[in-house]
Amino acid sequence: MLRRTFLHSAAGLTGLAAAATPAWALVEINVNKGNVEPLPIAVTDFVSSGDLGTKITDVIAADLKRSGLFAPVSKQAFIEKISNPDQPPRFEDWKVINAQALVTGRVTQEGDGRLRAEFRLWDTFAGQQMTGQQFYTQPENWRRVAHIIADAIYERITGEKGYFDTRVVYVAESGPKNARKRQLAIMDQDGANARALTNSNDIVLTPRFSPSRQEITYMSFEGQQPRVYLLQLETGQREVVGNFPGMTFAPRFSPDGQRVIMSLQQDGNANIYTMDLRSRTTTRLTSTAAIDTGPSYSPDGSQIVFESDRGGRQQLYVMGADGSGQNRISFGDGSYSTPVWSPRGDLIAFTKQSGGKFSIGVMKPDGSGERILTTGFHNEGPTWAPNGRVLMFFRQPAGSGGPQLYSIDLTGYNEQQVQTAGYASDPAWSPLLE
Amino acid sequence: MSRTEVPAAGRMQTLARNPAILALFMGLALAGCANKKNMPNSAGELGLNNATPGSTQDFTVNVGDRIFFDTDSTSIRADAAATLDKQAQWLQRYSNYAITIEGHADERGTREYNLALGARRATATKQYLASRGVPAGRMKTISYGKEKPVAVCDDISCWSQNRRAVTVLGGAGM
Repeated sequence: MLRRTFLHSAAGLTGLAAAATPAWALVEINVNKGNVEPLPIAVTDFVSSGDLGTKITDVIAADLKRSGLFAPVSKQAFIEKISNPDQPPRFEDWKVINAQALVTGRVTQEGDGRLRAEFRLWDTFAGQQMTGQQFYTQPENWRRVAHIIADAIYERITGEKGYFDTRVVYVAESGPKNARKRQLAIMDQDGANARALTNSNDIVLTPRFSPSRQEITYMSFEGQQPRVYLLQLETGQREVVGNFPGMTFAPRFSPDGQRVIMSLQQDGNANIYTMDLRSRTTTRLTSTAAIDTGPSYSPDGSQIVFESDRGGRQQLYVMGADGSGQNRISFGDGSYSTPVWSPRGDLIAFTKQSGGKFSIGVMKPDGSGERILTTGFHNEGPTWAPNGRVLMFFRQPAGSGGPQLYSIDLTGYNEQQVQTAGYASDPAWSPLLE
Repeated sequence: MSRTEVPAAGRMQTLARNPAILALFMGLALAGCANKKNMPNSAGELGLNNATPGSTQDFTVNVGDRIFFDTDSTSIRADAAATLDKQAQWLQRYSNYAITIEGHADERGTREYNLALGARRATATKQYLASRGVPAGRMKTISYGKEKPVAVCDDISCWSQNRRAVTVLGGAGM
């Protein structure tokens, strides 16, 4: 569907490529610094015969701006007009408007109907090309190509993987609070291409992506039987996960996509089970007279974090993937729930209730280094961007309104609302496709 | 026929304080009962005294179909026990009804936990009714967590109305 090749340095035309400047001498952003000064970057309109070049660059610039790490320079300030992206730009023209990085490109329609998009990223002060790539795809994928280019720019400058070529599943909510309708919906991470995945006849909750991005596991009250389901995104095919004697809820995939882990409610207690999707065998992992729920695997699949009120209030616990060695890791004031292991493995995000407030925070898997990123009347249900640098969650206002989605950097800065057509909750960020 | 129209009327009693909700239920009742002769014409006709003994309305209005819980608690309070005692007597007298107990939580918790909390409340209610002689085989439970509040506001008095277990004659559940 989408083919990528790297472009040789156009700077070679000027002989600069021979300078062999080490990569770390080029413009870069340290994402660990917290409140970084965004890097001024000029994203020029890709050369094209129609307006597609401009549309693609606008998506790229919006991605970079929303990350909080880049400050796209206003097009009005541009001096040089890029008409041949194969030629090195006039670096002086970009330095004088303080664009430390520059993006040029071209989009053309191939004879077979495919779209060819190419871009080059320049370090204006070093006078060098930092990267250059080209893509072939179907014209309807133009937004995806723009996100992939934004990811390449982000990765080249920050040294971290990007997260723009991703999607989010969530619960779209509508209607008054005491008669709220809920549907599963999916959108690009920037809010574009939103569409419903289910009708609003039944309550649906907690959708989660499979590692392949092809399936969603979620909970539905269909037929007044609250249970965990699988949904194939391509075909719309649905099936119940397992045949359990009670409500199943809080599902997630294992990192290899072979299992779904979830809670089973039996009388007053909830315990954690896995079901192998190929053999259909189920395994019980916890066995307590308590509410054990919210399970989430470590990215290597060896451990599971979950919440339990076995000690009185909801707290976070970590256990081996076979249920062994269940140890409490949260000891702060208040209660902790909805733990999610970072795709990088280094942190666990959670919802914390304390002093009448609901916060989103992170801690290390051993429970140390707790940090609250945002706090207020009601923040809930964090999900990680695939690079482990950004979190999305939902915020419920007091009173009769409905929830909305927000994103925030791991540093606690750059909180932004994610635009959705109506109320939205339970976001789950997709993995990045390689 | 009456089993579909009467619950709406019964709930209207408890919700009558909220004009918007009342209007909504009136709308539903009108839409659902357009061809029925005994359809009430106004809220005033939905009086306490009209309930036929043994009817759903009788249960909802004269016995009380719901009990309430303290924050993050599944204990049956004294006032709730009194209601459940009446429910048990009524259910033993009118033994043709199967029931579903719906467990609910207020909005001041996270979604997954509240599903389990609602289930615990439904289970505690079921166990209490069983201890008062209602056969367990007649009772099913379902939890809606915090997803179906009846009262909408942002203070404690309101949240307390949502922490509830509702005994529904017939109904769904597992």
